[in-house]
Amino acid sequence: MAGSNPNAKPMNLTLKVWRQQNRTTQGNIVDYQVKDISPDMSFLEMLDVLNEDLLRRGEEPVAFDHDCREGICGSCNLFINGRAHGPEQGTTTCQLHMRKFSDGDTITIEPWRATAFPVNKDLSVDRSAFDRIIQAGGYISINTGGTPDANEIPIPKDISDRAFEAATCIGCGACVASCKNASAMLFVSAKVSQLALLPQGHVERKTRVENMVAQMDLEGFGACTNIGSCAAECPVGISLENIAILNQEFLAAKATSNNLV
Amino acid sequence: MFPDSKIPEGPIAEKWEKHKFNVKLVNPANKRKYDVIVVGTGLAGASAAASLAELGYNVKAFTFHDSPRRAHSIAAQGGINAAKNYQNDGDSVYRLFYDTVKGGDYRSREANVYRLAQVSVNIIDQCVAQGVPFAREYGGLLANRSFGGAQVSRTFYARGQTGQQLLLGAYSALSRQVAYGKVKLYTRSEMLDLVVVDGQARGIITRNLLTGKIEQHAAHAVVLATGGYGNVFFLSTNAMYCNATAAWRAHKKGAYFANPCFTQIHPTCIPVSGDYQSKLTLMSESLRNDGRVWVPASKETAEKLRNGQINVNDIPEAERDYFLERKYPAFGNLVPRDVASRNAKQMCDEGRGVGSTGLAVYLDFADAIKRNGAEWVSQKYGNLFDMYAKITGENPYERPMRIYPAVHYTMGGLWVDYNLQTTVPGLYATGECNFSDHGANRLGASALMQGLADGYFVIPYTIGDYLAQTAPKPVTTEHPAFQQAQADVEARVQKLMSINGTRTPDDFHKKLGHLMWEYCGMSRNAEGLRYAKAEIQKLRREFWSDLKLVGTENEMNQALEKAGRVADFLELGELMMDDALDRNESCGGHFREEYATEEGEAKRDDDNYAYVAAWQYVADNQPEILNKEELTFENVKLTQRSYK
Repeated sequence: MAGSNPNAKPMNLTLKVWRQQNRTTQGNIVDYQVKDISPDMSFLEMLDVLNEDLLRRGEEPVAFDHDCREGICGSCNLFINGRAHGPEQGTTTCQLHMRKFSDGDTITIEPWRATAFPVNKDLSVDRSAFDRIIQAGGYISINTGGTPDANEIPIPKDISDRAFEAATCIGCGACVASCKNASAMLFVSAKVSQLALLPQGHVERKTRVENMVAQMDLEGFGACTNIGSCAAECPVGISLENIAILNQEFLAAKATSNNLV
Repeated sequence: MFPDSKIPEGPIAEKWEKHKFNVKLVNPANKRKYDVIVVGTGLAGASAAASLAELGYNVKAFTFHDSPRRAHSIAAQGGINAAKNYQNDGDSVYRLFYDTVKGGDYRSREANVYRLAQVSVNIIDQCVAQGVPFAREYGGLLANRSFGGAQVSRTFYARGQTGQQLLLGAYSALSRQVAYGKVKLYTRSEMLDLVVVDGQARGIITRNLLTGKIEQHAAHAVVLATGGYGNVFFLSTNAMYCNATAAWRAHKKGAYFANPCFTQIHPTCIPVSGDYQSKLTLMSESLRNDGRVWVPASKETAEKLRNGQINVNDIPEAERDYFLERKYPAFGNLVPRDVASRNAKQMCDEGRGVGSTGLAVYLDFADAIKRNGAEWVSQKYGNLFDMYAKITGENPYERPMRIYPAVHYTMGGLWVDYNLQTTVPGLYATGECNFSDHGANRLGASALMQGLADGYFVIPYTIGDYLAQTAPKPVTTEHPAFQQAQADVEARVQKLMSINGTRTPDDFHKKLGHLMWEYCGMSRNAEGLRYAKAEIQKLRREFWSDLKLVGTENEMNQALEKAGRVADFLELGELMMDDALDRNESCGGHFREEYATEEGEAKRDDDNYAYVAAWQYVADNQPEILNKEELTFENVKLTQRSYK
């Protein structure tokens, strides 16, 4: 069927999908059969097939978030067979392909589960808590214009590379969904350490970490107990080292801050 | 008479400076009396919203995403150009300007492009100050790389994720203004109409995508930063939600639409693998630095390959045709995007394509691996090779990659003057949403540059000129034009919900996309364009009589969202056919088979077509009026592009 793998046979699958009308109603798992699924399809294309079929039959398609389908926008967020973004390591749902499954498989598909991520409908959840955490301090307070020439701020390559690694977080929320405490520490720490590592971010490093952590707590995310499933399930490989940096930054800020806890 | 493009007088290098002095200013205490709506939160929108809020205006920012950070700018891989000349290799503002006008095949406006090149240097300063982690050298200074269409290294990058890092920078600036209360952010809100009061843009109508609620928003000015319309082709490298609705609704309220047929087809994308395909994935242009493009020299070999009778690695060197190297010895595999794309199509049309569909050519790294080792290739292109392997299930270190061109960017868009104002006073368009800077072909690493130039450094000046001439009275949604626009939007949503036909929005979208790709894609001819125009009209009638939706409009209903966007694509697609028919020449991404040189290369007609085609909406099912903005070139000499 497909260019790359002429011998791969189409699959028939059973899907167990979380259906929930809206934020206030209760949801439940509904079974669906999908047939003739090509192994070269992406997971979301398989759901497209299901949805086209449902719509033609007059049933409501399954709502889910997605957009770029290239693994970078962070929209897609399915909990597949008990794992955030499914069975393949270092992969977003949109980059997961059906060749990772076998004919006759039953696949359970749920939304992210966390108090701070309420379900909008079916598999779509509200992750605006992440935006509010960034609004609390995930930036350098400069206006447009009047900035120095870019090369007037030399930054050692290894420091810059580490900041980049932290900055590649796509904000999907897999870390929260994978954590038994639904903690957002990996997400928050990625931004805190990116800006703490860079000289441009030093000026506000204390207030930044205090404010972002305060907002994280306010949003209802759980505490970090150093299990590490967040980093293990992160589709872009954000390192646990960032959480260590956050803790260090937080302690240093609190030790010298007026905002004593 | 064509609306004034408002290009300032004087030598090109002084126009922007003079203009900045001549525009009217709003005094700092008065800025808080003005409200500005910004639709879209990608590079162009987030940068504009943040910068305007910093100045003191009250900004309302809208996105249909759940967060501003999801905008499609995030997917840009390669980099951002700037005339910094950090490499001491002869770059200058003038050279960036020149390369961009030439790369656009002389169909862009000189004054706008020059300004773009001027402010490009400020963008890099701004982004570094925000904490954007660009690639650096061991000495701690910024690194650059080279890109197609330029002979200097002026591209700044953050590995293969430059768009992501720039967008997160703009998003952080926007988030800061949200925290200050200067920006009110509306997520999951889709603009469905523009409100025009007494000839001036005064607000928008939106639909809340979670509740279905139709809402009215008023402001003193409206900025559209809603991206391009590449998804009219169904399959493109655009994200799934990218659409033309906001720009198209504004067009129907009076904003001219310029050069709609100018679309960019990127040569190195992963080919289609089946009917279920939902989108296409770009592989960075940088791969062509070391990969060699080829197809089997004969149809017979290609056929055996497609049937699985022979293996690609068994094809002897003599039976391979490295067609770009053969036809363009000077540029070889590094010819510009439009040339590389057209040639790949030509090979496949000759029956020499590869893969089961026959719609692919090889991009082979065997020589690079032999020369420098797999490790070297991996260091340079590892993430792209991994992505390819993930999507295709093939190992590109062992077999050549299969690639095929795909729709990637739209140079056309809302017509704007030098101030980025559309033909509706008070309505501005920035970034890919407007037409202004890339002519008939965009150079690599210039989209990010334009989006941020418009948002950070142009709109903050030019919108002030308009607002300074607008009374600082509070604006409200009291005017009947708001009630009328809301009623129209509600009626349209109702109509979509009540057709009760048999076919899904995607079904119509796929059919439209097929027509666009076949007849208004990499090559076009008059007969095909006329045929496709009639087919689109037919398809549109079918859409409005046979569309199937379920559920209600008062909840999250993704099929309804999609249907509204497809309805607008069905109108835009027809205009693209008209535009391509009108332009009896070949230029950049627009290749008319009737207008080619003897060697089959694009043949421009500067005497008759050196104009911007700005289309004016009249009424439904009536032909649009073509207005022409003549392009004058005072600083760049028009020449035929040659890459032989």
